[in-house]
Amino acid sequence: MGSGEWRMGKASHLMVFHALHSPFATPDFGFAMTMTMTKTANALTLDVQTDGLRAINQRLQNVPKGSNETHWTIANPAGEHALAAGLQSPIRVEIMGTAGYYCAGMNKEATVIVHGNVSTGVAENMMSGYVRVKGNASQSAGATAHGGLLVIEGDAAARCGISMKGVDIVVGGSVGHMSAFMAQAGALVVLGDAGDALGDSLYEAKLFVRGTVKSLGADCIEKEMRPEHLELLTQLLAKAEMTADPHSFRRYGSARKLYNFSIDNADAY
Amino acid sequence: MTAKDTPKIPRTVPRKSATFDDATLAEIRRAAATGIYDIRGAGAKRKLPHFDDLLFLGASISRYPLEGYREKCVTEVVLGARHATKPIRLKIPITIAGMSFGSLSAQAKEALGRGATLAGTSTTTGDGGMTAEERGHSQILVYQYLPSRYGMNPDDLRKADAIEVVVGQGAKPGGGGMLLGQKISDRVAAMRTLPKGIDQRSACRHPDWTGPDDLEIKIRELREITNWEKPIYVKVGGARPYYDTALSVKSGADVVVVDGMQGGTAATQEVFIEHVGQPTLACIPQAVQALKDLNMHRKVQLIVSGGIRNGADVAKALALGADAVSIGTAALVALGDNDPMWEEDYKKLGTTAGAYDDWHEGRDPAGITTQDPELAKRLDPVKAGRRLANFLKVLTLECQTIARACGKSHVHNLEPEDLVALTVEAAAMARVPLAGTNWIPGWSDR
Repeated sequence: MGSGEWRMGKASHLMVFHALHSPFATPDFGFAMTMTMTKTANALTLDVQTDGLRAINQRLQNVPKGSNETHWTIANPAGEHALAAGLQSPIRVEIMGTAGYYCAGMNKEATVIVHGNVSTGVAENMMSGYVRVKGNASQSAGATAHGGLLVIEGDAAARCGISMKGVDIVVGGSVGHMSAFMAQAGALVVLGDAGDALGDSLYEAKLFVRGTVKSLGADCIEKEMRPEHLELLTQLLAKAEMTADPHSFRRYGSARKLYNFSIDNADAY
Repeated sequence: MTAKDTPKIPRTVPRKSATFDDATLAEIRRAAATGIYDIRGAGAKRKLPHFDDLLFLGASISRYPLEGYREKCVTEVVLGARHATKPIRLKIPITIAGMSFGSLSAQAKEALGRGATLAGTSTTTGDGGMTAEERGHSQILVYQYLPSRYGMNPDDLRKADAIEVVVGQGAKPGGGGMLLGQKISDRVAAMRTLPKGIDQRSACRHPDWTGPDDLEIKIRELREITNWEKPIYVKVGGARPYYDTALSVKSGADVVVVDGMQGGTAATQEVFIEHVGQPTLACIPQAVQALKDLNMHRKVQLIVSGGIRNGADVAKALALGADAVSIGTAALVALGDNDPMWEEDYKKLGTTAGAYDDWHEGRDPAGITTQDPELAKRLDPVKAGRRLANFLKVLTLECQTIARACGKSHVHNLEPEDLVALTVEAAAMARVPLAGTNWIPGWSDR
């Protein structure tokens, strides 16, 4: 990769100080002349390898509300980072393979379907809309997200739903350690198992796990599953198109003992 | 022999320990009574090597001064031209540091925006999101991207003029934000998606990146969301300024902000403030060295904060290689913080004007570090903004006075060669010679 090329593949994680050879040379914004957008019967197709990330994101971010260009596919994602980040209109984007970090980051209103796996921070800070990952997700899926629905059909790694602020997350498989750490609002539904320290320092998010929980984090406790929780869970499973008996889940939430500091609780940390 | 005739034996004078002084003894008693560490606001209060330990040489036969009232001395600074298509342009090399709505009242945030705008410079949000008042009254607003991500959203990100990824701050490198329950009002709670009245302790690490390689990808995401327009700063506390600066540059930052241990905070543990981090004076040369080693000095801009109080401090920071400075505590004082006019109220709180630092309690008599509507009303944002603008003007004039005396037509032309140090410690930290010698401890004798 030459110094004049700005695209950074996921393999370029080199901890070197070659600032002059940074992949962050200012991109060429002359994409409009060279994009290889094709149109199939149902969707417009963009290609990461030929169009480049900047051109694709700019195109998708700028679809005006009311446009009939509402269905897009992204070919050859090849683990590219920040794909479909910053979308802000109710379009549907299908990524035809594996995406890198921060796929659909800060999404608003859009539907993003990933036909593959995703790396760290899928749908991070999502505000609204719908993101569905057909495969597995790496760390921090749905981190700090304020709204919308994130569905991961496979497993999610550590810190799934960390600092979530209102998003609903449904995971078909299992989640790793420290999931829902400092989770503030929203719901995390796990059809499989949860790793260590689930819900550590939890605020008001609601957690539902069908399988085993390896351990609960500080101030996270099992709570009674009341009718309103079963109703919420039923709705979330239906929205996520997941088949599971809501009665087979257990609910976890905050004991609220650490909300105001007390020296008698210092050992909990 | 009677008692009257007994020779008087001299007694030892009562002597207090230098190690166990009054403040130390009081703290031991306080800790024993409460079982909890002390929390307070502001930065390090201990005596530290600082800008006062440096002097400018001024012009003489070998250096020509500029006329103080006739010849131009430029103060404009451009930040973020490395990658951002819309770099920001400041009229003065002094910015307002990030302070949150929550830690400060809405009136205080508005006043900061008004003052900065009048002076032609930027102000910065904090750990609580962007308020409409702040955006509306700040011509140039830097939006902080913090571990908590309270209130973070793409609309505000796009409304900002620059983005500051906060890794740490000088008062507590390695610590997260803190806002105690007294200050979590309905509005603050709603902005942070938290229950009202809880003690809010922000995360100290970002939730979705770890280390410089992840940060590089994160910065790229932020650029993608904001169309590569906004300058992206990375702010670090004064922990390891050489490596933190180098890694910020490697990660793609346009601007690096280094905050020394005199930099303030709204609230944290006293032990953290006084015992973690390096003095601002020691941080600057390390950060500048990293930029020079990468051939990025003046290409990636360096903003320095932590204990900037007057135009001499500004000039000295610039002479050591900073592109701009940032002020927080001094800006609050300019608004009216710790003003003796509220002395009676300070006394009721068991303190005195000039020493009040329990900003976390929300009972600020000056109406600045509070969410109490009655106290907040005490601050007139228009008048307070004017005071801040006046103060910024004085800092600039003082800095220009020194720069002209050193023969510089731009404040960025100040250089280490213009400086000497008064103490061995300051000479070593600032990497300028001890006055009257050619000795830079640790450098000239290598």
